[in-house]
Amino acid sequence: MNPFTKFLFELQEISLLLWSALTGIFRKPRYLPEMVRQMDIIGVGSLPIVLLTGFFTGGVLILQTFPTLQYYGIHNEAGRSVATSLIRELGPVLTALMVSGRIGSAISAELGSMVVSQQIDAMRALGTDPLRKLVAPRVLALIVMLPLLTVAADIFGIIGGGVSASYIFEQDVRVFLNSVSNGITANDLLGGVVKPVFFGLIIGGIACYKGLSTTGGTVGVGRSTINAVVLSSIWVIIFDFFLAKAIQSVLGVGVI
Amino acid sequence: MLDSEEYDKTLVVEENLEPTDLEDAVDEPDRVLPAIEFRDVHLSYDDKVILNGISFTVRRGETKLILGRSGGGKSTIIRLILGLLKPDSGQILIDGEDITLLDEQEMMPVRQKIGMVFQEGALFDSLSVYENVAYRLIEQGLDADEIDQEVKRMLHFVDLEDAIDKMPIELSGGMRRRVGIARALIGDPEIVLFDEPTAGLDPPTARTICELAIKLRDLQDVSSIFVTHEMNNVEYLSSEYATVNEEGKVLFEKEGEKLCLINTEVLMLRDGEIIFSGKDEQLHADTDPYIQRFIHGKYP
Repeated sequence: MNPFTKFLFELQEISLLLWSALTGIFRKPRYLPEMVRQMDIIGVGSLPIVLLTGFFTGGVLILQTFPTLQYYGIHNEAGRSVATSLIRELGPVLTALMVSGRIGSAISAELGSMVVSQQIDAMRALGTDPLRKLVAPRVLALIVMLPLLTVAADIFGIIGGGVSASYIFEQDVRVFLNSVSNGITANDLLGGVVKPVFFGLIIGGIACYKGLSTTGGTVGVGRSTINAVVLSSIWVIIFDFFLAKAIQSVLGVGVI
Repeated sequence: MLDSEEYDKTLVVEENLEPTDLEDAVDEPDRVLPAIEFRDVHLSYDDKVILNGISFTVRRGETKLILGRSGGGKSTIIRLILGLLKPDSGQILIDGEDITLLDEQEMMPVRQKIGMVFQEGALFDSLSVYENVAYRLIEQGLDADEIDQEVKRMLHFVDLEDAIDKMPIELSGGMRRRVGIARALIGDPEIVLFDEPTAGLDPPTARTICELAIKLRDLQDVSSIFVTHEMNNVEYLSSEYATVNEEGKVLFEKEGEKLCLINTEVLMLRDGEIIFSGKDEQLHADTDPYIQRFIHGKYP
């Protein structure tokens, strides 16, 4: 199979997998406790790394941009600069990349191990649809938790920027916060929350597909895990470009 | 291995068959329908032929032993029955219902009738023995007390009551296999499929697994397919039968003058084709060099 045909085939398979899993949530039995468990693993479990990433990203943004802004005499707008960068781009993308590394790999490895040890076959033989029992709760948990994690990363990023501006460049915190509140709009916030929903779908779809299509024993599980993380990270970045353009067109975010 | 006294504990009263039950069974029109039927089933992966025109039936209460080398298509037959694979052509019927074209959702009720024992047990790692055995009933939304009672009954049947709270990782290979059998039998399925359940087990444990299969066949009227490549299993299953004595004990006796087993047949596969179908005595008498080499443990 040539790479383009393989790409189309995998795109079709991932779309069908997501469609089957997500349309199945309306039928009984429903796996709400499993979804809550996944939300805990994905959301609460990823919170420390996402907060750390957000905080230091905000801090380094100020560290790098403040001197330039100062050179042009607009350093009072440093808060605006860090807030818009974080809320529009860096918050959603970096959070998705962190979650892709931590959760995408875990989902793929778990499902892959279940495939090679025949647990998925056993589940089907016992009358349970793995797409509804395993895929739907994980994808839904990602769709729900990723926007919340992104908001948390944005907040900690702004705090990190504020700390950096205040302690390193001795800027008044009130000046920084005023700049932040003047710089961001409701559409910025909306755009920043819409993106992670799609990223959750991408990470969940790719990780579950790679896990469930594992072949070749434990070596295959390792291969699936690598593929899941690499592919979902790349597709988050590629899709971010098209989403940014779509959000610009629909909400007018970032258009002067 | 379980002795007959231990089996005594596992018995339930309704397992004792009376002659009137057998007469009633003959009158049941459903019994005429085979439990499993393959009609000219073909399956290939890319250019490799896995099954080439397979046709056979498994009658109610019958055990079909499927023999053959690894990679000969034995496990594929089981996966086809469960709808985990679809044939390229031909028909597969379960209880007279054609399942060949059923989708995943339509297969779910069919799978409820079938118990499956996997080669390595395929227990869910994250669930305890209790949760593994109870899995099917929990999914069906049964009452907790009822589930509890059934799980204990099935673990009693496989003599693993003490392992109820253990995790699969804490069990030996034989124990995992027996938990797998308990999980397959819960809900009293009409059909049980064994996919090389004795592979890699020591002889006494393998014998225990075979005895469980014999009990299911003779005392619970379960139709089954037993995939294996070990001639010991064929010997046990096709020459011994289980009876219950007056004290309610399960006894295993060799067929002979008193009784001749007619509910166990052997099917042998070679490169996706059936090369033998019949009784074990016919298998041993067959002059085909391939079959003779296989019987004597010299894999062709």
